[in-house]
Amino acid sequence: MQNFLDYFNQSLLFRNFVEVLSGLDNTLLLLIISLPIGFVLSLVFALGRVSKNKIISKPIAGYIFVIRGTPLLVQIYLIYFGLGSVEFIRESFLWILLKEPFWCGVLALTINTVAYGSEIFRGGIQSVTKGQIESGLSLGFNKMTLLRKIIFPIALRKVLPSYGNELILMVKATSLVSLTTYMEMTGIARKIMAKTFAPVEAFIAAGILYLFLNFLMVQFVKYLEWKYNPHLRLEQN
Amino acid sequence: MFKFDKLVFGDLGWGDEFLFATLMTITVSILSMGLGLCLAILTVWAKLITNKITRIIANFYTTVVRGVPELLVIYLIFFGGNTVVMSIAKLFGYNGYIELNALTIGTIAIAFISATYSSEVLRAAYLAVNKGQIEAAKALGLNKFQIFFKVMGPQILRHALPGIGNVWQITLKDTSLISVTGLVEIMRQTRIASNVEHSPLTFLVTAALLYLFLTTFSGKFFKVLELNYSKGYN
Repeated sequence: MQNFLDYFNQSLLFRNFVEVLSGLDNTLLLLIISLPIGFVLSLVFALGRVSKNKIISKPIAGYIFVIRGTPLLVQIYLIYFGLGSVEFIRESFLWILLKEPFWCGVLALTINTVAYGSEIFRGGIQSVTKGQIESGLSLGFNKMTLLRKIIFPIALRKVLPSYGNELILMVKATSLVSLTTYMEMTGIARKIMAKTFAPVEAFIAAGILYLFLNFLMVQFVKYLEWKYNPHLRLEQN
Repeated sequence: MFKFDKLVFGDLGWGDEFLFATLMTITVSILSMGLGLCLAILTVWAKLITNKITRIIANFYTTVVRGVPELLVIYLIFFGGNTVVMSIAKLFGYNGYIELNALTIGTIAIAFISATYSSEVLRAAYLAVNKGQIEAAKALGLNKFQIFFKVMGPQILRHALPGIGNVWQITLKDTSLISVTGLVEIMRQTRIASNVEHSPLTFLVTAALLYLFLTTFSGKFFKVLELNYSKGYN
């Protein structure tokens, strides 16, 4: 009897695993859209944040303060339930996107990651020493070349570990979009639980997949660190 | 669009409900932060002593909980916690039905998450304290407890305070997730109020402002604490 039960539980876990796997593409879709946009915007916002022009830097500082001071759940709900209740948004063209939980999720995740990301990049940009910038200027670089050839490479290399952390937090944050009826892995696990009344099996199946995703993310960041820090590599052969 | 007149205190508005919800959020945050710190101390101890098995268990715990979404951990503990508690009770011969209340489960779940972050902070703080300090304390003939409470503890605390402040902010924000268990804290109260009044924007903005107030205020508090604690170094 015990053997039979064990076998049954194992197969339940396996079947859940397959079912949760069908939500993997929805989770990945959220990440594939929000992470690259978030990365580019973070760089732009970080530059704005360190800019000497107060009209640019103050609003960005305020935006970062508000987003970092409130939970992501509030932001997702604000966009999904809050914006949906405003009359003129429902009548505007924005409604085509904002009525979908998917795009609300993408918007919320992007807004969230830009706030954290730009704060990380700001640290990186400010860590570029004056001498490095001066040497670039003395070579006759203009502002764009200076950014592209000196500031960004040095800054990005330095912040890779902390930005990697932020990427992992983003993978985990996608689970919150399930609360807006979007069926990604956590949403499916929740549905399985309601169907089978076996919560542990359902959530462990989803947990394993998230762990695997994060493992891949860690390896990716490690590879980037290895690639962009050639001077720190141990001598090989 | 906005119905801020619904936020008055008393029977006409949601002001007092939100006040209690905020107090609940603070209660859960403090309880789970405290429990999390205790768990974190245990985890750090397990990682630092020269015992392979405890180290493997501690590493497994921190890796898994930090690699899995917070919401999943909360779901697992909320829906699976009763089963586990009942099967433990069965081992002791109790066959009845046990149901933990939402506050207990929420606190335990957030503490489990918070402890993984705290343990990293505490471990780094422990390693930052010079080993010579322990040797000096031993040379003075202090016993283990004296070394911990009089020499290592205060120094670890000084190194750990900025990190603990960060963990506190994360914990405070994570408590919004236990609204899925039905515990009436700020987020749950927001959902209830916006369903009744059909004005989600009003109450969501209120919730955002409340969280902003809590994080800013506690951030200031930790700044003061840090200043006080590193007096001798400024």
